Amino acid sequence: MKKFISLLLGAVMLVAMLGMFAACGKTEPATNPDADVQVEATDDFKIGFIFLHDENSTYDKNFLDGAEKATAELGLTAEQVIFKTNIPEGNECYEAAADLADQGCDIVFANSFGHEPYMLKAAKEFPEVEFCHATGTTAHTENVANFHNAFASIYEGRYLAGIAAGMKLNEMIESGKITADQAKMGYVGAFTYAEVVSGYTSFYLGAKSVCPNVTMEVQFTGSWYDEALEKEAATKLLSNNCVLISQHADSMGAPTACENAGVPNVSYNGSTQSACPNTFIISSRIDWAPYFKYIIESNKNGEAIAYDWCEGFEVGSVALTDINEAVAAPGTKEAIEEAKAKLIAGEIHVFDTNAFTVGGEKLESYMADVDTDPAYEKDTEAISDGYFHESEYRSAPYFDMQIDGITLLNSAF
Amino acid sequence: MSKMNKLYFKTKSHIVKRDDITWWKAWIIRVIAVLLAMVVCGIVTVFLTDLNPIEMYITMAEGALGTTRLVWNLIQNTAILLCVSLAVTPAFKMKFWNIGAEGQVLIGGLATAACMIFLGEKLPTPLLMLVMVITSVVSGALWALVPAFFKTRFNSNETLFTLMMNYVAIQIVAYYTLEWSMPKGSGTPRTLEYGQLPVLFGQKYLINILIVLVLTIVAYIYLKYSKQGYEISVVGESENTARYIGINVKKVVLRTMAISGAVCGIAGFLLVAGTDHSLKSDTAGGRGFTAIMVSWLAKFNPIFMILTSLLIVFLQKGASKISEVYRLNSSFSDIITGIIIFFIIGSEFFINYKIKFNKKEENK
Repeated sequence: MKKFISLLLGAVMLVAMLGMFAACGKTEPATNPDADVQVEATDDFKIGFIFLHDENSTYDKNFLDGAEKATAELGLTAEQVIFKTNIPEGNECYEAAADLADQGCDIVFANSFGHEPYMLKAAKEFPEVEFCHATGTTAHTENVANFHNAFASIYEGRYLAGIAAGMKLNEMIESGKITADQAKMGYVGAFTYAEVVSGYTSFYLGAKSVCPNVTMEVQFTGSWYDEALEKEAATKLLSNNCVLISQHADSMGAPTACENAGVPNVSYNGSTQSACPNTFIISSRIDWAPYFKYIIESNKNGEAIAYDWCEGFEVGSVALTDINEAVAAPGTKEAIEEAKAKLIAGEIHVFDTNAFTVGGEKLESYMADVDTDPAYEKDTEAISDGYFHESEYRSAPYFDMQIDGITLLNSAF
Repeated sequence: MSKMNKLYFKTKSHIVKRDDITWWKAWIIRVIAVLLAMVVCGIVTVFLTDLNPIEMYITMAEGALGTTRLVWNLIQNTAILLCVSLAVTPAFKMKFWNIGAEGQVLIGGLATAACMIFLGEKLPTPLLMLVMVITSVVSGALWALVPAFFKTRFNSNETLFTLMMNYVAIQIVAYYTLEWSMPKGSGTPRTLEYGQLPVLFGQKYLINILIVLVLTIVAYIYLKYSKQGYEISVVGESENTARYIGINVKKVVLRTMAISGAVCGIAGFLLVAGTDHSLKSDTAGGRGFTAIMVSWLAKFNPIFMILTSLLIVFLQKGASKISEVYRLNSSFSDIITGIIIFFIIGSEFFINYKIKFNKKEENK
């Protein structure tokens, strides 16, 4: 009997372990009834997607939505689109990519940063298949013809979301809820990686452009996806009297903590309004559908795919969700529209060197680590014409300075 | 249990321990269990989704065996899981509940990665390989010796101790992952260029598979025919008996745990140098826990473990194919896997016990 119980315990452990990789839910296959028969007969194009998690992660859901939107709009059938979810950043990614190539995919796409070396490995093995990888950094130096990176100038979207945050702070100050020097925001970040630093700095600068004496505290979790840690980090920021929270981490942890505490939240990756109706203001996100359409159409037309693709508002790669009027300050929409038009026109720049200081001084020059290498060598001058040129020398962000006004509560990560 | 049976209960049936069962009867029970599991899974499938259960099983098989690549992948994953299972087995046989394989694998992997990073450029490849193997084996063994030492010295609870050591190992590896990450601060490990295991006959996993195959045979001989293997069995059956016949129980516990950790270290070495060529805190992928199940299901027999680890990996691969083909969340395939494993474990009960139906009593 003892043995049987032990066996049972073993089984429970296994099931619990498997359970860690997933939670419940079900998605319908993306079928397109109109195109079903016609396309299948004439078109053997196939695209395979590799996702780190599934729709329970806001990060992956954003990619899944983009993939479904793009493939449906282009009239691809369910047979032409393969999704592989919950693929870890290890040899499993190489196996998944190779399996998709075996299944006849013309394009294989992977969505997580850590998938990159395994995608590159597969790209070298299958030169006839295009391998596209989001958020990666090495395509511009590797020179593998069928390996491509992509990102979007999301820092501009963050900047606009920051304006919404600043407007909210102004409203709180005007209504006497807080004093001007209590205008402190909190930010939950994953790692002290350039992508996160660039994100929170542009968010802060957006807020500062409308609320000049705003400050911000950043708490890192050391994980891209850990709901408990993200919630804990948000709670810590709230106990430090932060009056508004934003985040760059992929779970619902921070938005949920805000909703529980009744503190406004500027979200990322997509709207969290349905779960947080009383605190959600706005969310910036990358819309991947334009990129997916671009790679599919390029491949079908026999055109080369850019090795390092980065677009913004013009093609709709950077998007903002609808504003939650119940929480946002009045006039937010107009202020965002105005700033957006100026960003597109090049009248203003997010990282304008007049807008921030480092160690109390204005920057004239900064060498950024653009080419990925083990020594983290700073190789490219990024400041010219009075602003820091983000996402121009490669698609993935490389702004990694600690500017004044932002306090890092922990920097171990 | 047997005493209970002698008491006269007014029940329709009672349970009796089987003294022994012929091997073919045991296998019939197992096959029936799998068939029943498939029927129940079919019902669950129809109930929860609109899939045809037969098609679903075919999809599962395709996911594990559909192409040559998938078959190699299946064997490779089986080999790694088998390696970790072989590692925990001697400790389990000794009734030392080593739940810490996950951490021991990670520490072995960490040692391998450290060698690849710091010695990669400096040493010639064969020497580098040798150093990698030795450091991973030694560090895995040392990591496992810690709970064994406290067990023999202070009689601490090894289940909790080894379990806690997992979290320590995971955090240490997470620290170094960040420290060595590329680009800076991303938390994503760099690819380790030097010291990757060689590709034999054009098959990149062949060397892993061969190493584990040799380990399996060695483990089988060691446990079944060696003096040390016998000592492990005796200590497992009864420590007092072991002491009575002059076995140094403390020595056996320490030695066996060192072996357990060393083999985990080899698994870590194979994962880092043989397949992933990088190290993360999830490199072991839960195999340290799954291995417990593999080992138990095979009743600690290394040869049977080939089958049980193959079964588990087959189910995992099949399950992920289901979510790929039907765009179902992986929870559904986890449910299916859970049901099948539950039935297989349940069948062991009917192999060890039989149900006797009582004759009708007069006054009923």
